[in-house]
Amino acid sequence: MPNRTDERRRGAVRQPSASATRQTKQAAPAPQAPPQKGAERHKIRFADQRRNWTRNHVNVAAKAYHRLWASPLSTFMTLAVLAIALALPGALLAGLKNLQELSANWGAEPRISLYLHTEVQNDKAEQLSRELLLRNDLAAVELISRDQGLLEFRQSTGLEDVLQYLSDNPLPTVIVVLPLDKSATALPILREKLAAMPEVDEAVLDMEWVQRLSAFVAVSERGVLVFGTLLAFAVLMVVGNTIRLLIENRRDEIVVAKLVGATNAWVRRPFLYTGAWFGLLGGVIAWVLIQVSLLLLEPPVERLAELYESQFEISGLGWQGSILLILVSTLLGLAGSWLAVGRHLREVEPR
Amino acid sequence: MIRFDRVGKRFVTGQDALSDISFDLKHGEMAFLTGHSGAGKSTLLKLIMLMERPTQGSVFVGDQDLSSLKSSEIPYLRRKIGVVFQNHQLLFDRTVFDNIALPLEISGYSPEDAARRVRAALDKVGLLTKEKMTPVMLSTGEQQRVGIARAIVNKPELLLADEPTGNLDPSLSEEIMRLFMEFNRHGTTVLIASHDLNLISRMRNRILTLKGGRLVAGA
Repeated sequence: MPNRTDERRRGAVRQPSASATRQTKQAAPAPQAPPQKGAERHKIRFADQRRNWTRNHVNVAAKAYHRLWASPLSTFMTLAVLAIALALPGALLAGLKNLQELSANWGAEPRISLYLHTEVQNDKAEQLSRELLLRNDLAAVELISRDQGLLEFRQSTGLEDVLQYLSDNPLPTVIVVLPLDKSATALPILREKLAAMPEVDEAVLDMEWVQRLSAFVAVSERGVLVFGTLLAFAVLMVVGNTIRLLIENRRDEIVVAKLVGATNAWVRRPFLYTGAWFGLLGGVIAWVLIQVSLLLLEPPVERLAELYESQFEISGLGWQGSILLILVSTLLGLAGSWLAVGRHLREVEPR
Repeated sequence: MIRFDRVGKRFVTGQDALSDISFDLKHGEMAFLTGHSGAGKSTLLKLIMLMERPTQGSVFVGDQDLSSLKSSEIPYLRRKIGVVFQNHQLLFDRTVFDNIALPLEISGYSPEDAARRVRAALDKVGLLTKEKMTPVMLSTGEQQRVGIARAIVNKPELLLADEPTGNLDPSLSEEIMRLFMEFNRHGTTVLIASHDLNLISRMRNRILTLKGGRLVAGA
């Protein structure tokens, strides 16, 4: 911020009163140079300050970008490492989002299966199911008779041979009910109530696997968080190390700049922009990697969903996810270079 | 413009580079600083630039006591001082123009304003036609003149030079010295460290002589 601090600069080294006259004298024989009267010169500079400051930033950012491609191979390798380190948590996050969607869709319909005592007769069971249908806390009731159950069991398991050895149908009559209130607190209470009915042997809330799935999702969430944090550190270190090498390479330039009055901010700025560029470009490449991998995964996932008769469709990062990925990677690049610059620029002083 | 008040500099090794230096350099004055190598010439210049801080006494530039300057204020002090180095400290991956423009870029001049000032400085050192070259393509004398152009492009009130003619033959050295005298005539305070007694005795300027870190003549 050389311009912004111009005022301070003037304060830093106070000129004796003689300097004003001396300055005009100095400028006179140089026709190209504008008049050096302090006040006038300062006024022009003040008006230009903001514009110059912005222009300086744009220039520095552009120069930092072009400098990246002065050594394309090392830049490319750094970007590849960054992209992979960023793509891994990004892809996991996308996967997690898909899993959450999946569990949200399936968890919407908890069912309670009522296994009746085997001695309850068919007509009694039917009567019970009609009674249940009249209850105002159930949305639907389905009766699966013992014979029907046996048939389904045969079809789905193929254990026909085993069943032949049984003299009697071992399966109980089952009534599957769909509760109206699907909240996690109401369901167990309803289950208790239904289990207390004399005909019911056991009432099983078919939600355990949904709970397990959501617990699994929670574990994955934590995993992605831990993994992502580790890889974020990796990004910080990679950018930091790259910037450290850049500082080493440009040592002479930094020394000369400091000798002719560069502030720490001025010296720091190009390196910070370089770090931000690394982050931004690494993030964009990571985004491409994730999208391509999802495209590759799409056909088999579709086939899998088909087999489960599900409408599930794999979804990418989406707008929010993409912007988040690129924003986070840019900030990581900036932070990494900030760390390196803070540590190593102090060591580069003119001697 | 520069005032040293009983200044001493002891290195961490315990060695005394300078001791009990007191002198006063007036505005618009031109002086030479001489002595054998190791007598403390460079150290003295570094104290003015705040590349080193004194261990004793105080240094004033303008009316400013340098010991009161925080390190964040050092850049603004350096912008007021033009420095020419013996090894000229040019950047070899930049053109002559860009080398000279560096101090202006740092001070935040607009590109148009900077270009005008760079050309004016190049004109003064007689290298107007070589602005697009890189320093490698220039002779040693020309490189030194680029260094001088960079030192004066900001129109500093104070110009310091550390052995500016160290690597040059006598005629080139004289030419460079004339350049400094020219700037001095226009009001710039000039302090030149040089061990070329032959050359500087002909200039009839004030001569500060250092011996073993003490000022033995010229104070």
